[in-house]
Amino acid sequence: MKIFREKAAGRAICAVAGMALGLSALVAQAADTIKVGVLHSLSGTMAISETTLKDTVLMMVDAQNKKGGVLGKKLEAVVVDPASNWPLFAEKARELLQKEKVDVVFGCWTSVSRKSVLPVFEELNGLLFYPVQYEGEESSKNVFYTGAAPNQQAIPAVDYLMNEVGVKRWVLAGTDYVYPRTTNKILEAYLKSKGVKDEDIMINYTPFGHSDWQSIVSDIKKFGSAGKKTAVVSTINGDANVPFYKELGNQGIAAEDIPVVAFSVGEEELSGIDTKPLVGHLAAWNYFMSVDTPENEAFIEQWHKFIKDENRVTNDPMEATVIGFNMWVKAVEKAGTTDVDAVEQAMIGISVPNMTGGMAVMNKNHHLSKPVLIGEIQEDGQFDVVWETEGTVPGDAWSDYLPGSRDIIADWTPPIKCGNYNTKTKKCSGQNF
Amino acid sequence: MDGIRNHPVLFLLRRMFALLVLCALPLPALAGFDEAVQALNVKSFSKKADAIIALADTGNERVTGILQAMLDSRLFYRKSDRRVVIVEKIDGGYRLTDAATGEALGETGRRAVKKVRINNKLRGLLRNTLARLSLSSKDAEIRHAAAKVMLGNVSAATKPVLTAALAKETESDIRELLETALALSDLGSEDPAMRLRAIEVLDGNLEPEVRNRLNRLLEEEADTELAEVARQAIKNIEFKLKFYSFMETVFFGLSLGSVLLLAAIGLAITFGVMGVINMAHGELIMLGAYTTYMVQLLMPNHIEWSIMVAIPAAFIVSGLFGIAIERGIIRFLYGRPLETLLATFGVSLLLQQLVRTTVSAQNVTVENPAWLSGSLEINAALSLTYNRLYILLFCMLVFFALMLILKKTSLGLQVRAVAQNRAMARAMGIRSKWVDAMTFGLGSGIAGVAGVALSQLTNVGPNMGQAYIIDSFMVVVFGGVGNLWGALVGAMSLGVANKILEPWAGAVLAKILVLVFIILFIQKRPRGLFPQKGRSAEN
Repeated sequence: MKIFREKAAGRAICAVAGMALGLSALVAQAADTIKVGVLHSLSGTMAISETTLKDTVLMMVDAQNKKGGVLGKKLEAVVVDPASNWPLFAEKARELLQKEKVDVVFGCWTSVSRKSVLPVFEELNGLLFYPVQYEGEESSKNVFYTGAAPNQQAIPAVDYLMNEVGVKRWVLAGTDYVYPRTTNKILEAYLKSKGVKDEDIMINYTPFGHSDWQSIVSDIKKFGSAGKKTAVVSTINGDANVPFYKELGNQGIAAEDIPVVAFSVGEEELSGIDTKPLVGHLAAWNYFMSVDTPENEAFIEQWHKFIKDENRVTNDPMEATVIGFNMWVKAVEKAGTTDVDAVEQAMIGISVPNMTGGMAVMNKNHHLSKPVLIGEIQEDGQFDVVWETEGTVPGDAWSDYLPGSRDIIADWTPPIKCGNYNTKTKKCSGQNF
Repeated sequence: MDGIRNHPVLFLLRRMFALLVLCALPLPALAGFDEAVQALNVKSFSKKADAIIALADTGNERVTGILQAMLDSRLFYRKSDRRVVIVEKIDGGYRLTDAATGEALGETGRRAVKKVRINNKLRGLLRNTLARLSLSSKDAEIRHAAAKVMLGNVSAATKPVLTAALAKETESDIRELLETALALSDLGSEDPAMRLRAIEVLDGNLEPEVRNRLNRLLEEEADTELAEVARQAIKNIEFKLKFYSFMETVFFGLSLGSVLLLAAIGLAITFGVMGVINMAHGELIMLGAYTTYMVQLLMPNHIEWSIMVAIPAAFIVSGLFGIAIERGIIRFLYGRPLETLLATFGVSLLLQQLVRTTVSAQNVTVENPAWLSGSLEINAALSLTYNRLYILLFCMLVFFALMLILKKTSLGLQVRAVAQNRAMARAMGIRSKWVDAMTFGLGSGIAGVAGVALSQLTNVGPNMGQAYIIDSFMVVVFGGVGNLWGALVGAMSLGVANKILEPWAGAVLAKILVLVFIILFIQKRPRGLFPQKGRSAEN
């Protein structure tokens, strides 16, 4: 006991001496690097999509270090593998925050993985950048959502089909989990508000990795042969898309007859498919690799150099990761610290350039303002932009078309500081940590 | 800048200048054609549509070629002088042909030209225009496709074209299509007698357009007698549709059953005959699919034949892996099912990771040969996709080949002998260990062959085997362990049951219902549909 006391006293003296020598030296001793956590599946079902995002973060860290790091310190990436296993996501998140003590985490793809890590980030006050389009209905103080909310992807896509293509009948097809179910609920409410009748909407769910699409595609064909222009709004996720599009091609459904607009099919997914039968089908995103801007050209070149493969494609979640990363760097520099609370407040209002031109702005509800693009699939697996919104669309955390969330807003600036503030009752229910 | 260029006065002046130039030229018709071709290169899609119509109206013989190139995304323009060209892809660039004159313009790099972009609306317009232009084509197939497109698109302008085409047509199915198209346009006629005749022609016709138009007619028709005829016609159509829709469901069910059977049949041997619970069975299927991928990589110019090469290759690859698994692991664990289960599960993870590290964690593209794409159209209501049709046939082929091996060859005799009574078989001089290895190899090889078929239907990736292992066990247990006929009947009935349930229960619930049904069935008949009989089956 006595020895301990002596040691502690010695340490205290040292510390005081250190302070006298200069504060900066002390900080440098405490942490030489800023740690950046990467929480993407490198094995299992989602590895197909998520490994690319891990590489994107590593590329950004590398580039930032070449520029001299952040706040004069080098960045250090800590990569873990949650293996497409939702409970493991929570465990790995805890490991990153508690054991590795990372300052920020880039990660997650599926909504179920995000929901799984959310309590961990809120409990340990971590900072997560989530780069994938999702169903909305959430805003946490500890998460920044750099992918699209439904009003930045689904709603504009439906508007395009309704106004430009003249679609009257709708098939909402999706994989059976939270993102498609919520998105379709929003879309159904939206379509009905536009006067679409019940019998003109067909909703269909299939399990993950579904491969036998014969009867569903045949049903769609029958549904679409009723004389009114029909379109499929697809929230089918992951590799189930490949047999779905194959079956469409085989049953002779061309994009001119029944176009399919997808929210989960990008360049990366198409690189695993023979795209000839898909020409003309649509996708809605905030980014396409084919967009011709100097920023995008530089980004593609940087990616090819980093990954050492000229044939690799870029996609929307990659852009969202890059925007999130650049915003975090700017916010840390603005706040002068990596402290989560300070960075969180500094993030709001930060703007960085989009790859597609214009600026992305972080709003008070932790969602971005971004442009929305609609593209048609080409033979080479790329998209041709056929329509885009004028200017940017601010992400809406709580949908205006669902009865439960119409009056709810998220605002993380004082005096509200709440993720689900009810504008009618003037109350914050729950997500205010 | 743009504002000045588009100023209306300037525009008019330019038009007048263009007209003057046109008049001065010796061949005004050709020059007009050239202008019509160059007009395709405008930014706005609606102006492009006008340009397409104008071009089609010139009646020049090059029009079909140009429009077809536009539809196939082979119509580009040269950045240097904005001339519209048709391109052909070559290594590192394109070979150009002038769209208007057909003159060869040499080769250029990829960046020197830009595509004339089209969207879905234009694609539809192009297809319609091409159909109208090709109604008089020499090729019956093109005429057939053209008549199909014209269906329901007949206007006052195109009606004479169709009537002329009908007069010349000799093929009966094309005649029928043309008659349907004309009758559809007659439905809108002022004369009730003409409408009545049109309805009579359309009675029982399965084209979806016919039913829609008749339904619409029914809503508007004031003449009660005519309405009654139309109602009867719709009734006939709907009865036929119901029948074909049932046929379609049965086909879908059999095709799903054939996939289940292909996946399960190898397991029916290793699990059914040998009693080994092989959790790595799905991975042996996956290896077969990857073999297809490898074969296609080795022969990129002969994709049509790649499947034929891949079938024996996959049989050998998966078979060898199977023998290695049997010799290396399973033979030490005979009679200990739980340990076999765990060990083979480990092997399955091992094989997955092997593929992930040596090939890629991403899915790989296995191309479909042309003869496996598209569908066989029986009539407007029923068409069977070729890939499913061939896989159904292939599955039957594999099944009966396997049957033959087990019933007629000496290996088959030995396999059955060992399965029934190992000790007795050994006493008769059968090398039971060799038979074990061969049987396992055979079952694994069949799994590899199944992988080739599945690569044509679904994703090829490291995890693909996982999706089939549960289904395979389900089929074998339901059909009766140790009985190939059981596997056949089991797979087909599960497939059909699934497809009958799917429309009203949804894909997710249909799967659950089938699983629940099997569990209940096994409670009642623990040995499946076709249990093995005899003393050896009792222990």
